[in-house]
Amino acid sequence: MEIREGLYYSEDHEWVRVEGDRACIGITDFAQEHLGDIVFVEVPDLDSEFEAGATIGVIESVKAVSDMHTPVSGKVVAVNDALEDSPGALNKDPYGQHIAVLAMSDRADLDKLMNSADYAAFCTREAE
Amino acid sequence: MGYVPNPPRVVREMLESMGFQGIDDLFADIPAGLRLNRELNLEAPRSEQELRQELGQLAARNTAVDDRPCFLGAGAYDHYIPAVVEQLLLRSEFYTAYTPYQPELSQGILQAIFEYQTMICNLTAMDLANASMYDGGSALAEACSLACDTTRRSRVLVPDTVNPRFLDVARTYAGGGKMEIVAVPGSDGIADAAAIASLVDSRTAAVVVQHPNFYGNLETDLPAIEKAIHDQKGLLIMSVDPISLGLLKPPGAWGADIVAGEGQALGNPLSFGGPYLGFFAATEKLMRKVPGRLVGQTVDLDGQRAFVLTLQTREQHIRREKAGSNICSNEALCALAAAIYLSVAGREGLKEIAARCHRLACYARDELQKRGLRLKYQRPFFKEFAVAIRDPGAANRALLEAGIIGGYELGGALLLAFTEKRNRTEIDRLVSVLGGVDNE
Amino acid sequence: MSKLIFEKSVPGARAFSLPPCDVPEPGELPDSFLREEDALLPEVSEVEAVRHYTELSRRSYGVDSGFYPLGSCTMKYNPKINEWAARLPGFANIHPYQDEETVQGALELMHDLEGMLREITGMDSFTLQPAAGAHGEMTGVLIIKAYHNHRRDLQRTKMIVPDSAHGTNPATAHMAGFEMIEVKSSARGLVDIADLRALMSDQIAGLMLTNPNTLGLFEEEIQEIAEAVHAAGGILYYDGANANAIMGVARPGDMGFDVCHLNLHKTFGTPHGGGGPGSGPIGVKAFLADFLPVPVIVRRDGRFALDYDRPLSIGKVLSFYGNFGVMVKAYAYIKALGASGIREACENAVLNANYIRTGLRGHYDIPYDRLCKHEFVASARRQKKENGVSALDVAKSLIDYGYHPPTIYFPLIVEEALMIEPTETETRERLDDFIEAMLAIARDAAEHPEQVKDAPRKAVIRRLDETRAARNPVLKWTPE
Repeated sequence: MEIREGLYYSEDHEWVRVEGDRACIGITDFAQEHLGDIVFVEVPDLDSEFEAGATIGVIESVKAVSDMHTPVSGKVVAVNDALEDSPGALNKDPYGQHIAVLAMSDRADLDKLMNSADYAAFCTREAE
Repeated sequence: MGYVPNPPRVVREMLESMGFQGIDDLFADIPAGLRLNRELNLEAPRSEQELRQELGQLAARNTAVDDRPCFLGAGAYDHYIPAVVEQLLLRSEFYTAYTPYQPELSQGILQAIFEYQTMICNLTAMDLANASMYDGGSALAEACSLACDTTRRSRVLVPDTVNPRFLDVARTYAGGGKMEIVAVPGSDGIADAAAIASLVDSRTAAVVVQHPNFYGNLETDLPAIEKAIHDQKGLLIMSVDPISLGLLKPPGAWGADIVAGEGQALGNPLSFGGPYLGFFAATEKLMRKVPGRLVGQTVDLDGQRAFVLTLQTREQHIRREKAGSNICSNEALCALAAAIYLSVAGREGLKEIAARCHRLACYARDELQKRGLRLKYQRPFFKEFAVAIRDPGAANRALLEAGIIGGYELGGALLLAFTEKRNRTEIDRLVSVLGGVDNE
Repeated sequence: MSKLIFEKSVPGARAFSLPPCDVPEPGELPDSFLREEDALLPEVSEVEAVRHYTELSRRSYGVDSGFYPLGSCTMKYNPKINEWAARLPGFANIHPYQDEETVQGALELMHDLEGMLREITGMDSFTLQPAAGAHGEMTGVLIIKAYHNHRRDLQRTKMIVPDSAHGTNPATAHMAGFEMIEVKSSARGLVDIADLRALMSDQIAGLMLTNPNTLGLFEEEIQEIAEAVHAAGGILYYDGANANAIMGVARPGDMGFDVCHLNLHKTFGTPHGGGGPGSGPIGVKAFLADFLPVPVIVRRDGRFALDYDRPLSIGKVLSFYGNFGVMVKAYAYIKALGASGIREACENAVLNANYIRTGLRGHYDIPYDRLCKHEFVASARRQKKENGVSALDVAKSLIDYGYHPPTIYFPLIVEEALMIEPTETETRERLDDFIEAMLAIARDAAEHPEQVKDAPRKAVIRRLDETRAARNPVLKWTPE
């Protein structure tokens, strides 16, 4: 199971890549493996605003459905349109495929997230 | 008489093998105070012979439409059911089966439902159809709910030319607090397009139109209604008579977003109101939100075409409290009856049946008018219309005495339905009796 | 590869003819209202139609085909006399709006069936209107809502549901506009009563429970649970899906339940029909009777009638009176069994479940390995850990042995769950054979796991690409 360096992680198995004042958000390898083959991704509307922890979308696999939360507060400035035709890309390349990009409204949200080492430990504990 | 196959000796041996002394040990986990320490107060058991006799007697106390021509419609219709339908439904692999969750064992049923879905799509000219809902009324209620959910609005406008029972059911479902059903008075037997257009705004999730409507009339102002709701980015929900679709322009061609109708007329008996068949179809855009089961096509490991329940993540067993609908069991066997019926009627047959219904209705209208009776509404109709009668109750009593099951009583009128089972002789007698009843 | 009926269509083939008609042709519907193109429906002869559907039936599997241990579904034998009864013209060919004088037999049947169900459940009033269990749940939950609203107790916006509950329970709560709150299960697999007490407040509308629960375990503290819910002003709802485990032995009405639904297509032997039709009657205690759907069947001067004068009713949940054709079968079933037969069915359902449970012990994990009721949950956890063989693999292997698999991956609180409910209409020989098959699969899992993972191999198709079906849904046939 892959955990990438340089990203922030939430307890809901989302990752955040910070680029300036933008946050790219996606799901981790743990999440995609747990979900199984992803068949559909419901992405948020552009310009919609969310608080950290809010549900911004839905990820459906054949046998399960999972809410997608944003670990940071902000406004949606971009979504990954490619996921509409190729939802399976999230399985193949979870860290390379973001789901949405938010313009962050409160950088302090990042302080509540884990780094890759902490996330690795978190995942080990979850597996027990 | 019961159906437990193990004789008492075997039951004893099974108990012993598990270390139990007696049957009561199996209920040791039920607190003594809760155990019913008496026999249920029910009548003595019956042998099959006694059952046959008693049920036969009870059934004989009802007047079946076999015995007399039935002009009752108002949401349930005495259409002809081919013998083939009844026989095939007795195949026990169909009727004793459960929901086809294990596709390897259920390809037959899954294929039948896929074919049914296809037929409904073709009849209604919609992109997709589900595997059935409980009936036309509850299907319409769920259509309203879906419209509210997908538009994120809560008002649904329903003309009172829609079946009043459908409206009742939609109102009950609205008790969940997620939608508001607003009835809009009709105008001379059809929906009032101007009134609807004036009420449609950005809070309107959908407008419902039943076509032909409850009074049998074609909703001739449909185009205006469709424009009004779509201009405001709401949805058009249509409830339709499936038999009429052998003749009439289908809802998809009218721009309907959701279709929810009563499918009883397709191969299902009157059965005192149930089980019936709610058919439900929608545009592709709504695919991932439609309620109910969906059968999809795929392949197996050997590349063979196969069918499977799909998009199950919409449903209650996966989405649970986030599901759009709680529907689990549906009306699968009734849908199968409809599919067999449509296969037997076929492309030409359904057209002929629809044309025959309309032809007989027109004949009845002409004959009634010759006798000085007039229709309540001067509107084009399909197979049903309301004839003005001063005392509909008295008229029905007179009809019953003459060996006819009359119409549905409205205020000052009788709603009469004409299916392909009716004929000239029956209609002549109907007209004769109604002509003889005291009228304005 | 089997063809669809559309692929068998031959233009011009007919299976249908109308009698001649000697009334004038009308020809007057406005053109703009007519179909431009025919609906694409099959064109086959009667013989081809019959062969098509007969062939489809042979690739299906019902209770009449073999053992069907689907947990929570109660796949018991469907007596054939009931099929005969429902098809009697006096039951099948009556219109719901016929004059009440002409349908007294139908009204009497419904009235008597309500009486039987009252006695079996210990409830005071019934409605037969809901068309399925989930429909009944919605009706019952709307009644709860109407009751609280009527008393102006408007802050009761939450409904409690166990974490082991069937998906319809939370879905129903949501449909009725309630916020769902989960109560945890204890280590014994039952409702954690301390957790429940902590959740109770004046915001709780009620608790939805099935008893026995989805693990097949009887809620021993049901009286304490009822007390806790009632003390907080809540209503206790009984999901009757598991009524086969207690009928004739105990009654939800006696346990403190205020509302219940029953599944006629489970407990009362009416056929499942490939997914329906079912019937989900609702029973209530007297204080809730005013809220029942209309119409209510009443008896006046020896005649039966439909009473619509019910100002507090929640309204209608179905256009007519319920699935009458299903009611006829349940009525016949209860009449045939009588009190002794009802009890016997329940006792043998519980006997058979425990028999399989003890037979599988040691070969499969049984998380709550103690006296169960009519069903129990085994787990393929060990097989998964040791050989990567999952509950799904076990289920698919059973197909090769000629069985319909049990329910899998439910309830959610058990890993690799296999929920097994044999029902009472199975012989010891049948149960022994099933246990043998399960043991053989366990052996195969240990010795030849790849075989188990490849199952089924003897069915008409092999495992399906369900991902493809969901990613690129094809929901109807289109001509090439």
